[in-house]
Amino acid sequence: MSSLQSLDIAARSATTVQPPVVRRNVTEVTKLIDVSSCIGCKACQVACMQWNDLRDEVGENVGQYDNPSDLTPQSWTVMRFAEVQMKQPDESTRLEWLIRKDGCMHCEDPGCLKACPAPGAIVKYANGIVDFISENCIGCGYCITGCPFDIPRISPVDNRAYKCSLCSDRVAVGLEPACAKVCPTGAIRFGSKQDMLEFGAGRIADLKERGYEHAAIYDPPGVGGTHVVYVLQHGDQPELYNDLPANPVVSPLVSLWKGVAKPLAVAGMIGAVLAGFFHYMKVGPVEEEEDGGDAPARRARPGAGTTGERDTTRGG
Amino acid sequence: MARLIRRYDDGTRINHWIVALLFLAAGLSGLALFHPLFWPFTGLFGGGQWTRILHPFMGLAMVVGFVVLFFQVVRDNCWTRGDTEWLRRSPRLIRTKREDELPPVAKYNAGQKGVFWLFTVCLLVLLVSGFFFWEPWFASAVPILVRRIAVVLHALAGFLLVLGVIVHVYAAIWVKGSMRAMTRGTVTSAWARRHHPVWHREVSGEPAGDAPER
Repeated sequence: MSSLQSLDIAARSATTVQPPVVRRNVTEVTKLIDVSSCIGCKACQVACMQWNDLRDEVGENVGQYDNPSDLTPQSWTVMRFAEVQMKQPDESTRLEWLIRKDGCMHCEDPGCLKACPAPGAIVKYANGIVDFISENCIGCGYCITGCPFDIPRISPVDNRAYKCSLCSDRVAVGLEPACAKVCPTGAIRFGSKQDMLEFGAGRIADLKERGYEHAAIYDPPGVGGTHVVYVLQHGDQPELYNDLPANPVVSPLVSLWKGVAKPLAVAGMIGAVLAGFFHYMKVGPVEEEEDGGDAPARRARPGAGTTGERDTTRGG
Repeated sequence: MARLIRRYDDGTRINHWIVALLFLAAGLSGLALFHPLFWPFTGLFGGGQWTRILHPFMGLAMVVGFVVLFFQVVRDNCWTRGDTEWLRRSPRLIRTKREDELPPVAKYNAGQKGVFWLFTVCLLVLLVSGFFFWEPWFASAVPILVRRIAVVLHALAGFLLVLGVIVHVYAAIWVKGSMRAMTRGTVTSAWARRHHPVWHREVSGEPAGDAPER
């Protein structure tokens, strides 16, 4: 949200040089969201509003429990409710209510940061948090094309992109994110990535014991892993959870555009100018001929073909 | 006193320079959003937010100007068999500056026509793709995949347009006597006879003595 920086920056948008890396003994943090323990109370949404001082417009009921119905510049996290019919081993079906707390996944390889053209508008801290530095944001929307999870939202009021900051201001002073602090069932936990994966492994073992044989941690490798991980009862079908992508990657189009195309295009443009410059220096200009006696003298060279003797009397 | 032939009327010239200046503005602001190397260009437009706000409007104005320019010059830019032949033999011209074995040229040679059509196609792609991710007016109505395709096409077309302009400007610097066609509206008779003999014959009524008759 702000550049009052108390966390080390590991990566910075539209920056081609190495950020400072002397202090690197920083623990990578992770928020674990255990979907199997979530009761959909939305306390996390309220805590997010309160800590980040966000007050969204009161919306309208769209026929489901999601409220608001989508992420907005003022709603950085939304509980997404999915009712699914799950096949049981005995061929019967069972209704399951899968409630996923949606928001920024804080990718290790963030597509938003890759796409962003404004230097320092998106940063990844050494602890893994991806943060938008709003005063540097220019409102171009490139981060939206870069994000594999469709998270950033641009405010029509100030034309800047917003999303979950993982409460970077709280984490910087040793507190957990507001949503994790408030969760009444302990479905949201916060700590080092290693601790969270270990805790998640325990949850997976428990779920498997209770018949969820495909229970798994969602820490997608396509974006280098994430600093928000889910415990999913049906880890083999993440799409069940309101279209959580099974294998999210930064779009190859964005990788092309903000990857190899960038230096190649710059080299091509500068190369074209240099080619012109040196061509001029080597070959020289096509000089203008004196009007009047233009054709004959110049044309009188071997192999010039049928040239215009007729011209000698013309012009002037 | 050199005899002068009119090549562009005032309207075409003024419009050409309006398009050129808008290209400069839209080009510099576009480059600023493409590579951090060019980010300092945002300072010319009042910062990053202003660059993002102004770029599409400047680009749109350029396209409007170019549409007028298109109809002012398209008549003389139709491709002919002679143009293909000219293009095939043009490497020799670039190496040696000799035009005598090239097919006689009318108002525009094949290189000029190629640049004209490159500009036309690039600006069309830039115009259409630009709308797809124009914040805050149109982007939110466009599926994200379409926006991803649009940004790549926009960057590619912008790159090719810049290359085309580099060729266009260099050709004007290289061939002395060309620049005055756009700055003054006239060229010398000798220039026209040498570089555009067919056009010279058309406008002056004289035979194109310079060029081999084919």
